[in-house]
Amino acid sequence: MAGISSFGAYIPKYRLGVESAGWESSFERSVANFDEDSVSMAVAAGIDCLSDRNRETIDGLLFATTTPPYAEKQCASIIATALDLRRDIFTADITDVLRAGTTALKSALDSVTAGSANHVMVIASDSRQGAPKGEAERNSGDGAAAFIISNESIIAEQAGSYTITENMMDTWRSAGDPFVRSWEDRFATEEGLERILSEAVSGFMKKECLATKDVAKLALYSPDARRHVQLARRLGFEPEQVQDPLFGRMGNTGAAFPLMLLARALEDGTPDRLVLTVSYGDGSDVLGFKTTSYISEAGHGMGISGYLDSGQILDSYETYAKWRDVWLTDSSSRRPQAQSPSVTAMWRETEQNIRFHGATCNQCGYIQYPAQRICVECQTMDDSTPIRLSDQAGTVFTYSLDYLAGTVDTPLAIAVVDFKPGGRTLCMMTDREVDEIHIGMEVEMSFRKLRVVNGIHNYYWKAVPKRQAK
Amino acid sequence: MSGIKDRVAIIGMGCSKFGERWDSSSSDLIVEAAYEAFGDAGIEGKDVQAAWLGTVGSFRTGQPLAAALKLDYIPITRVENACATATDAFRNACYAVAAGIYDIALAVGVEKLKDSGFSGLAVAEPAGADVNPPVPPPSQFALAATRYFHEHGISYEDGKMTLAQIASKNHHNGTMSPKAHFQREVSAEQVANAPMVAWPLGLFDCCGVSDGAAAAIITTPEIAKTFRDDYVLVKGIGLSVGAYGIMRNDWDFTHFPETVRASQAAYQESGVTDPRKEIDMAMVHDCFTITELIIYEDLGFSPKGKASEDVAAGTFTLEGEVPVNTDGGLKCFGHPIGASGIRMIYEVYKQLQGKAGGRQVKDPTLGLTHNLGGRPGSFTCSVALFGTRD
Repeated sequence: MAGISSFGAYIPKYRLGVESAGWESSFERSVANFDEDSVSMAVAAGIDCLSDRNRETIDGLLFATTTPPYAEKQCASIIATALDLRRDIFTADITDVLRAGTTALKSALDSVTAGSANHVMVIASDSRQGAPKGEAERNSGDGAAAFIISNESIIAEQAGSYTITENMMDTWRSAGDPFVRSWEDRFATEEGLERILSEAVSGFMKKECLATKDVAKLALYSPDARRHVQLARRLGFEPEQVQDPLFGRMGNTGAAFPLMLLARALEDGTPDRLVLTVSYGDGSDVLGFKTTSYISEAGHGMGISGYLDSGQILDSYETYAKWRDVWLTDSSSRRPQAQSPSVTAMWRETEQNIRFHGATCNQCGYIQYPAQRICVECQTMDDSTPIRLSDQAGTVFTYSLDYLAGTVDTPLAIAVVDFKPGGRTLCMMTDREVDEIHIGMEVEMSFRKLRVVNGIHNYYWKAVPKRQAK
Repeated sequence: MSGIKDRVAIIGMGCSKFGERWDSSSSDLIVEAAYEAFGDAGIEGKDVQAAWLGTVGSFRTGQPLAAALKLDYIPITRVENACATATDAFRNACYAVAAGIYDIALAVGVEKLKDSGFSGLAVAEPAGADVNPPVPPPSQFALAATRYFHEHGISYEDGKMTLAQIASKNHHNGTMSPKAHFQREVSAEQVANAPMVAWPLGLFDCCGVSDGAAAAIITTPEIAKTFRDDYVLVKGIGLSVGAYGIMRNDWDFTHFPETVRASQAAYQESGVTDPRKEIDMAMVHDCFTITELIIYEDLGFSPKGKASEDVAAGTFTLEGEVPVNTDGGLKCFGHPIGASGIRMIYEVYKQLQGKAGGRQVKDPTLGLTHNLGGRPGSFTCSVALFGTRD
């Protein structure tokens, strides 16, 4: 029987909250940093999900989002490479609909059930943008969840699925639109959300011969907190059956939302419980999972709870607006216009830049980044073994804080990082508080978007202070 | 290996006014420097048999030097080697004369930085995959400052004040330097309290960005005697290029091996064994105050970690034991990259001839120039020594 063998999550460090000047809401929401997007957050969730698991066993990667950086060019391939997965795997982007996360999950379950793959990764990640100061902006959040669907070592086995497809124009965003649009609230709620989800959940119950009382936790999509309460009641669930949707702490994370709530429900680690995931968007997917006895010993990474509890409230809405290019700044005038990166060079340097491989010399054991043809220590030629440094702990050897380097994030922290096993790199820091940076600080590497030039999204690794739950 | 010591001589030098030369092109600056050198040597352009042009961004070939000076179909080579560009152009000219290929060679360094439209250095790098962090020069050296303070247990406040004293000293020297871009006193307090550029370095910890050119006429000592009595002899030239410092976990960021190696090479060539005692003055690459502090140690003027004490004792002032940057340094001249090395040689040349005016060091016989460019862990460094004739 197919099921979930591992899960992980990622929630960006920053939050808009009551303390943020100009944020006219009592609700807190997660906010992707200026260098984060659906791809970078997917990599972070993937790392959390993989932890020390053997990456060679993964046979496929499905990436679900409504906010892919490219309209043409696969994102799953970027994510799979950054996660240092094998080359002979199948990958796909499942996009354009809020339901994409559960659709990816269902596809992975079907592949494993059919026996075409043993272990498939599913990562849902979203960073949707509502118009400034509007309801969608207020209720949204940014984040990602990752699962490994397997046929062994299952912590939650599949317990049925049911899908409704209906062409519904209640929320949409056309190509080129920066912001999500929606039709009148009452129509969208009554004829969209409530009617379709009722049909989907009752259809699931009937198909699987279950009753609502059999469900221990309901991981339910909703665009906002108010409708979440109404929906759960209308679907016939008691409050204690409903997974806290984290409105007021995280917000609606789009295609990732039902998967993030599912991950949160699994974090409790209680065996023998039925968890229902319900998504919404041009219909609905309902997926059931039954936790196994293995869940209590399996453990997990930072997860939703860990990332939720290691946030930092932004000083102001203005900072967020600058990150989203809603508020244009003048930093561009300090430096000449950035040139397009060379795609040839990006391709040639994939191992070092995206997989973040250094090399260990087979003769003397010296670890160097990036890999060198001639060893930096013993000058032996072409005799080294790749070593992945993206998941190695590092410490800051020295740093500077540059006030003129033309970043959104002034001052730009530049650090020399020494990796635990050896190897050193000069890199940017992000998600950093200026006052906390010091020599000897523990950091980890995070996959980020450096810049977009010529339509090319250029990703690379930056150092971030180790996230720790408060 | 016979080395360069006493095998070539400088018989004429020129240096343009450095600054924001809005009304002068690179070619204008070349004419200004080269014609001063021709006049100083008592030669004409047609006497030059070969030339080397140092520039990083102003010209792509040596041809513009011929065009500016109307040189007569002679061989000209363009040299680019980071901040050591001018010194390396000079070095190539010296080696050609020492080899006996030419009798009279010209080395010119020039840079026009102020046409770029913004305040910093506009050095275009090939795009590549473009994932390396933007590390503008102030941050490159700020990385060293942060680590230097940490390693030697220097508080931020004390470290800032030591660096401020270096800047203030150079600005003081610059007040007596008519060709300098900046010729005003700046107090240590002003330096320490200036706006931050790349923590811990503030505005006055950084050198300026200027336009300028400088030129030298090189010949053999035998021919030099027929031109003038006070020619200056080249005593040693070291050049060291770093390859992999940043890839090594054991590099400390508090010393620059390239400076150590280039100076050792120059000292060995010239026979210097106790640089602090034997060298009468040094023009060093004070692109940032921290660079000058570390250079004191790398050149062997101060023991490791003790340069701050020498700064406090006034060792490197005009009246001190080893005057450093007597003309005001990069701090006052700015750093037109391809010109700076020969500008430094110009100052040493004038000092050795006793023609440095109010900033004259008493009876010097041996002077040093030093350039350092590139990135931490992969610098290009030149060190050259010059002496009076015997």
